[in-house]
Amino acid sequence: MPVTDRSPLIVKDVTNDRERSHRSLTRRLWLFAACFFAFGFALVPLYDVLCDVTGYGNRSRLVEASTIVEAPVENRSVTVEFVSTAPTFGSWEFRPEVGKIEVQPGKLYEATFHAKNLRAQPIVAQAVPSISPLQATRYFQKTECFCFTPQPFAAEESREFTVRFIVDPTLPNNIDRLTLGYAMYDAKGSS
Amino acid sequence: MSTVQTHAGHADTHHDHDHHGPAKGLRRWLFATNHKDIGTMYLVFSLTMFFVGGTMAMIIRAELFQPGLQLVDPMFFNSMTTMHALVMIFGAVMPAFVGLANWMIPLQIGAPDMALPRMNNLSFWILPFAFLLLLSTLFVEGGAPASGWTMYPPLSLQTGNAFPMSIFAIHLMGASSIMGAINVIVTIMNMRAPGMTLLKMPLFTWSWLITAYLIIAVMPVLAGAVTMLLTDHFFGTTFFSAAGGGDPVMYQHIFWFFGHPEVYIMILPAFGIVSEIIPTFSRKRLFGYDAMVYAIASIAFLSFIVWAHHMFTVGMPLAGQMFFMLATMLIAVPTGVKVFNWTATMYKGSLTFEPPMLFAISFLFMFSIGGFSGLMLAIVPADFQYHDSYFVVAHFHYVLVPGAVFAIMAAAYFWLPKWTGHMYNQKLAKAHFWLSTIFVNVLFFPQHFLGLAGMPRRIPDYNTQFADWNMVSSIGAFGFGLSQLIFLYIVWQCARGGVKATDKVWDGGMPHGLEWTLSSPPPYHSFEVAPEVK
Repeated sequence: MPVTDRSPLIVKDVTNDRERSHRSLTRRLWLFAACFFAFGFALVPLYDVLCDVTGYGNRSRLVEASTIVEAPVENRSVTVEFVSTAPTFGSWEFRPEVGKIEVQPGKLYEATFHAKNLRAQPIVAQAVPSISPLQATRYFQKTECFCFTPQPFAAEESREFTVRFIVDPTLPNNIDRLTLGYAMYDAKGSS
Repeated sequence: MSTVQTHAGHADTHHDHDHHGPAKGLRRWLFATNHKDIGTMYLVFSLTMFFVGGTMAMIIRAELFQPGLQLVDPMFFNSMTTMHALVMIFGAVMPAFVGLANWMIPLQIGAPDMALPRMNNLSFWILPFAFLLLLSTLFVEGGAPASGWTMYPPLSLQTGNAFPMSIFAIHLMGASSIMGAINVIVTIMNMRAPGMTLLKMPLFTWSWLITAYLIIAVMPVLAGAVTMLLTDHFFGTTFFSAAGGGDPVMYQHIFWFFGHPEVYIMILPAFGIVSEIIPTFSRKRLFGYDAMVYAIASIAFLSFIVWAHHMFTVGMPLAGQMFFMLATMLIAVPTGVKVFNWTATMYKGSLTFEPPMLFAISFLFMFSIGGFSGLMLAIVPADFQYHDSYFVVAHFHYVLVPGAVFAIMAAAYFWLPKWTGHMYNQKLAKAHFWLSTIFVNVLFFPQHFLGLAGMPRRIPDYNTQFADWNMVSSIGAFGFGLSQLIFLYIVWQCARGGVKATDKVWDGGMPHGLEWTLSSPPPYHSFEVAPEVK
């Protein structure tokens, strides 16, 4: 409340009231800002929850072995493309053996990737998979993959890696092409 | 409405400054707690940054004058686009609005000062240091940040020594904005004159109340996002790196959760300004005051649920694309209400075209152009073509330059006589208006064509097919840049002296609001006894 000219005592009280209400509102607004600071960080796990619920680009689904019974669907074919990247430039040679294959949903296939440690010291590598389009993630089942565990490399060692996969027959009909991508990273805590 | 001016009746004792006038010399500014002094400092700072950021824009347009690499190396060019954006957004536009808020909100609601004068001082004085830090990155090893103002990882993580400096500068700017916003909210909620109910507040104050809430909601989210970048770079976290289970797209989600409300932070106060000016020079009351308030509030709400339209191309589920497309288009409804009401205010009004009105009308036209190109960008299949092209550059410059910046200039021309007590050179101001309006269109309109033809943004060199319109655009840029020197001169001349302005300043118009009941310039301590609002 605005202050009018009265006796000094009353003026003091009113001023204190105003100071108090300024302070309490200020405190609440700082709290409001702090909550939003926390909210920014909370978005990280919240998006994981979203991925769990929808199956889109779900990281845990991508790096877990699945057990699935073969049940090939005749007269449907899906193109599976393979891509690879090594974000730390100059450290890795990493590429798929073939660019793409035609697969039948429900049938087990195998693909090979070639990796070479270009550095003169041993290193532990971790490949991180991703599926595109995102909504196909839950329909791409890997029964075996080099991405499930960290892979130790000797200096300048080169290796062939295998991934076995089945495209789930329930893959939505509008998807006829999907891409399996791997990025090769140096695993944490390796030397 | 009436005011009583008395120094004897002063009873607001929450800061103990000299009641009879400003302190002498530098102390007046360093230890400023007076809202008018702090407002002035904000505005001067903003004008300085406008020219710093403008110089960077001139370097960009000079390099793009012709195809090929002529003047600067590509890395420096990228630094220029990045720094131009950061300086203009956080250094020019936002501080200008905070400066206007400091000057005008207490005057418009009949308060003696801002509620938290010492925090006000701090929030201003953080800024020069933040920008000194940011601008000094131009001279460090590895150059200034060059990954675009959005700082997407992993590219931004490759920034050299400038990286932690720019992040810390952003933290400081954020802290300053949050303090400024808290001050605005506390002032408006606690210090309105008796009788000044919320729905009697002038629209500029209203727009700032809502903007302030947007600021304290999203600036902390930006602080969080850049903190995550910092820890990813230096402390081994992997928020945005797939190596440890993170995802670079995650950054884009967090950033644009801040970024989209941010664009409204830069336009809502402009809406408020235009809503003050158009009725004054139409000699009518604002058409649909309540609708204007609710429109601002709905825009503010919608701004929180549209962020992913900045990132349609990351590979989002169809349902997500549909949601963000439709929510974005929904914003056109309250915005349309506003444009309609401004037009309806002018309808059958008795219009005169003083400089503030000229800028406000041109805001109306050109902001709408930017709004319409925004609608085009909201359409998912079209966005796949427009994304990261010069069409986007044209779009957001239309809403920011003839949008936000023109509104700030309109505000300066509207209230400058009130602040200084002198009328500025209106003839020169009109020349400034016409040159700016013509050149800003020469500058940005061709960028629509370039974008549709496929020219990507943030590149120092381009295919020769884009040569002609780039040259036109650059000529517009140089013309627009030089025209702003006229503005500088007008403000400087007006601050030094001139024809005495009356209390109402715009006697021929219909200025409405408590600020016009004070003298021009207003006394150093105004509304020490609160005016009664009926």
